[in-house]
Amino acid sequence: MAADNLFSIRDFSVEYHTRSGDVRAVDSVSLDIRRGEILGLVGESACGKSTLGKGLMRLHRVPARITGGQLLFDGRDLMTLTEEEMRTVRGGEIGMVFQDPMTSLDPVQRILEHLTETIHTHEPATTEEQARRRAGELAEKLGIRAERLPDYPHQMSGGMRQRVMISLALALRAKLVIADEPTTSLDVIVEAKFLDLLRDLRREFGLTILLITHNIGVVAEVSDRVAVMYAARLVEIGDVRKIFADPKHPYTRGLLRSVPNIALDGGELYKMEGAPPSLLYPPAGCRFHPRCPSVMEICKRENPPMENVGEDQQAACWLYGRKEGA
Amino acid sequence: MSASTQNSAPRELVRLEHVTKHFPVQSGFLAMLLNRGQIPAVRAVDDISFTIHQGEVFGLAGESGSGKSTVGRLVLRLLDPTAGRVLFDDIDLVGLKAEEMRRLRSRMQLVFQDPLASLNPRMTIGQAILHPVTIHLRNLSKAEQRRRVLDILTAVGMNPPECFYDLFPHQISGGQRQRVVLARALVTNPELIVADEPIAMADVSVRAQLLDLMMNLKKEFDLTYLFITHDLATAKYVCDRIAIMYLGKLCELGPIHDVYDHVLHPYTQALLKAVPVPDPLRRRSEPMPAGEIPSAINPPSGCRFHPRCSLAVDQCSQEAPPLMELRPGHQAACWMAK
Repeated sequence: MAADNLFSIRDFSVEYHTRSGDVRAVDSVSLDIRRGEILGLVGESACGKSTLGKGLMRLHRVPARITGGQLLFDGRDLMTLTEEEMRTVRGGEIGMVFQDPMTSLDPVQRILEHLTETIHTHEPATTEEQARRRAGELAEKLGIRAERLPDYPHQMSGGMRQRVMISLALALRAKLVIADEPTTSLDVIVEAKFLDLLRDLRREFGLTILLITHNIGVVAEVSDRVAVMYAARLVEIGDVRKIFADPKHPYTRGLLRSVPNIALDGGELYKMEGAPPSLLYPPAGCRFHPRCPSVMEICKRENPPMENVGEDQQAACWLYGRKEGA
Repeated sequence: MSASTQNSAPRELVRLEHVTKHFPVQSGFLAMLLNRGQIPAVRAVDDISFTIHQGEVFGLAGESGSGKSTVGRLVLRLLDPTAGRVLFDDIDLVGLKAEEMRRLRSRMQLVFQDPLASLNPRMTIGQAILHPVTIHLRNLSKAEQRRRVLDILTAVGMNPPECFYDLFPHQISGGQRQRVVLARALVTNPELIVADEPIAMADVSVRAQLLDLMMNLKKEFDLTYLFITHDLATAKYVCDRIAIMYLGKLCELGPIHDVYDHVLHPYTQALLKAVPVPDPLRRRSEPMPAGEIPSAINPPSGCRFHPRCSLAVDQCSQEAPPLMELRPGHQAACWMAK
């Protein structure tokens, strides 16, 4: 049974050109985003998750360049589009929410104008009256009271600004929203409300969401599937319940065990040894091998391929991969 | 030596008595006239009292703008309170002369969230740690001072210390930088460490290492921590007691497990429920309180949480509830709590 994929990413790589050498921040990542799902993409700082998120919209800036791969979005390869065509996809079909909404909103434009302008740009046929009415409806759905619409971005709280960002994506009738650390600058209660909103929007609008975050708790709270990145590579992907119940990759295992869990009664946190490697000089073979408690000889030489390790669960680890002659 | 007596009544190391801190808001002459000469102020901390016992990890939690970091600075007298008393080891810090305060400062240290911002980029790690030694331990010889820096680097797990002594902060990792900041704080042999979000910047896999280090150092150096955090999940692993702040007021205080298992204040309840659990089988279904944190310039009357509280009655908007001890050692400021 083939899942209905909205976005299929194949062997996608992004490099940064630096004075000390080229850094491959995303290394041959392949993954599918299914229509209507919330896919959580997790990893620690500098694992390449944000570079991947930006790369998917071809939003990368100069020292970065895409060095290979396919971006099959809803039947088209985004890599073959011109910059002009890409802009209509970016604003229209793929919406974005970043960690700091203040940098994405125009400080001298009212919230209402943000919304109506977006609607006009992508649907030039709409009248001013229609655009305003739709903006009002959207805002109401997202819990932004009508009297706040004439406000400027700085007059709103962080949580409200994130709601505005989402409403912009919805105003465009985006098929996919890429949200990069959307709750990281929010307080827990505001974060919880924002996550409720994401869940409601997915249900009501059939929105597909790629949620990029370092927060394991947030992923557990809202995603259907989860993808784990380590040192520029995808190491595990699958159903969120399966991965949390039985993580296969030793990195995923360590990561999940080192997260403080408020629902548990104390005990000790698991300490993963070492720290992620520098991407300037990544270790050979599996990049996790210097920290891995189950390291084998082959891990030091060869990069493990992604293999099925369970129903709707794949991992890149020699513990499960083909081991010729072993 | 600080470990004098370890009998049933724990020694008080820090005591805050009705401490208030207001920050005046800058405003023009016209605004002054309209306010009849009263300058509006951010009421960052409003009449709070608590004690920190020697040898405990005292957590202070709350959302942004709750006043928790201001309390940390008041404890170290980096800020002077608008009203109230701050006592360290029974010495009233307010009104202490600069020289007396400096001598006392070696007994209390601060660790911030961002180690890169706390370290001088043009000082080597050795110099950074040596700096407080040259101020507070002037009677040691040069060689003894250097030995002391090397010893403390070893204690925070920077091994071998000679390799790190001459490195600059940008040459080591974020986790190592936070270790250096801890080393610098510990080198004068303090009794109290105020740690303001000490691990918030670190990655998950590094956080556990840092927390473990902090707890080992506490044992080794007989430390007391004021652990300021927004992360209630981490607090559960490290704190002995915890105080919850909302808009400059303490709303709950007690032994960590009693607070988490027998919540008394509706705000604490909401905070605890809001923390995402890293388990997809335990997703939250409880609704969150309506609205957002109001301004600390014009906080709501009565209980400051009442406009967002689902249990609020008339009394809550009229009268501010005091902290009341409702369970052994466990206080809450709520008219509805039982």
